[in-house]
Amino acid sequence: MQHHTLSCCGGVRPSLPPPLSFRWSKIKRERCRRLPRCARIAAQLELKAPPYSLSSLEPHMSRETLEYHWGRHHRAHVASLNNLIAGTDLDGMGLDEIVVVSYNKGNPLPPFVHAAQVWNHDFFWQSIKPGGGGRPSGRLMELIERDFGSFDRMLEEFKRAALTQFGSGWAWLVYKANRLDVGNAVNPCPSEKDNKLVVLKSPNAVNPIVWDYFPLLAIDVWEHAYYLDYENRRADYVSIFLEKLVSWEAVSDRLDVAIERAAERAREDETRRQEDDTAVSHSEAVEMYLDSDTDDSEAE
Amino acid sequence: MALRTLFTKKSLTLASAFRPIAVASTAGDQRLGSGLSQARGLTVAALPDLPYDYGALEPAISGEIMRLHHQKHHQAYVTNYNNALEQLEAAIAMGDATAVVRLQSAIKFNGGGHINHSIFWKNLKPVNEGGGEPPHSSLGWAIDTDFGSLEALVQKMNAEGAALQGSGWVWLALDKGFKKLTVETTANQDPLVTKGANLVPLLGIDVWEHAYYLQYKNVRPDYLKNIWKVIDWKYASEVYEKETA
Ligand SMILES: [Fe+2]
Repeated sequence: MQHHTLSCCGGVRPSLPPPLSFRWSKIKRERCRRLPRCARIAAQLELKAPPYSLSSLEPHMSRETLEYHWGRHHRAHVASLNNLIAGTDLDGMGLDEIVVVSYNKGNPLPPFVHAAQVWNHDFFWQSIKPGGGGRPSGRLMELIERDFGSFDRMLEEFKRAALTQFGSGWAWLVYKANRLDVGNAVNPCPSEKDNKLVVLKSPNAVNPIVWDYFPLLAIDVWEHAYYLDYENRRADYVSIFLEKLVSWEAVSDRLDVAIERAAERAREDETRRQEDDTAVSHSEAVEMYLDSDTDDSEAE
Repeated sequence: MALRTLFTKKSLTLASAFRPIAVASTAGDQRLGSGLSQARGLTVAALPDLPYDYGALEPAISGEIMRLHHQKHHQAYVTNYNNALEQLEAAIAMGDATAVVRLQSAIKFNGGGHINHSIFWKNLKPVNEGGGEPPHSSLGWAIDTDFGSLEALVQKMNAEGAALQGSGWVWLALDKGFKKLTVETTANQDPLVTKGANLVPLLGIDVWEHAYYLQYKNVRPDYLKNIWKVIDWKYASEVYEKETA
């Protein structure tokens, strides 16, 4: 089983903010030189095949749907992405990083839609399997019950998100690590209990990693995902997806990675905080009033 | 033809359950606008009849697409819009501001879907009834003036329609303020008026996947190329002349 962990390109955080003066055609080469795996310059991103045959999801999702959805839509996004990033400094980054960087804090650059749709579709194919459905167990089920009250209520919320995404888009189950995305504030007593499973929806190509969430499950609610099999009946498609296709094993494995990742980041934050404290205690008091200078140095 | 008539001109009267007893809702009714409010109920939206058969636009648009698009998609917008309006009236009557605000997205989406599709059906016409015939009158001149030629306009609308991410519409609009034609796109079911109060829709092309997927699959540009064969320029011209008179 393959997973998308959110680590990419030498361990760069997906939340790494792009420089303020960011232009996608002028991404600084230095960014990449620091990252060993980026040695593969001009690496073409590849179209990943679903981990099952195209007809094996029938009758719930037809071979024809997969031939178009994977064979045309997904493939076209891979080709467009490779075209757009060729020769730019996005070339050679990991897909996660391309998604986050090209999202450009909400002013998406041209490659974003393709990068995000490649990510989303890779993730979607790995979210389902022949003979899927049923109920999750173990830690996943515990957290679902903790955060939604019951499995059925989570399903209800997921369906509602999928049905009320007006237009094209996605519905998600994500793991939300409760971080404060600002440099000058800390969660005074961080704990695993701050982290939550959350259902959300996103328009068109938008992927929750741009909001620093860790996706666990996704359903594509672009009409091309279900129109050949279900025509206008999105509700039927969403129900069948949950009853017959979803791979709770994949979701469960992703949750393990998400929890581990969140813990790792909490440790990194703690270490950084201790280093900062040490740095502040060693610095002269007057420096603390030099706002802009200290901000710059502390941002590193 | 029989199927079409099933869906014409329904009118609901609000169930009294939606009106709290003895609440004077005059102010609320006025806010709904004179076109919608009546003494004892809302005038609800109704699915318009198509002025041609579902199969009459073939081969440009298949009969199956037209049937689903009209009977299922447009019908759903109408139904959900009416539901939202009923809830809105109840919310207004009860002075429930939270509910009023919460209903806005459903009203915009479904009301927009109803508005847009109602225009779209009028923009289409079978070839043997004049579909695809270029505009002559004053609209033809205006197109030449503002875009260079009809071909240039078609090219522009095809390019913008193909580039639109996700679901939405591409429009030929008259800007009444500047007395000028423009090409606009709107996302999802946003009606053209969301792009400017002065904009009048002359021609709207649906680029949701449901408008072409059964026939054209992932190749939206082919759908856009072919739809011009069944565009009713006469309708667009009439609107243009009325609005510029
Ligand atoms: Fe439509």
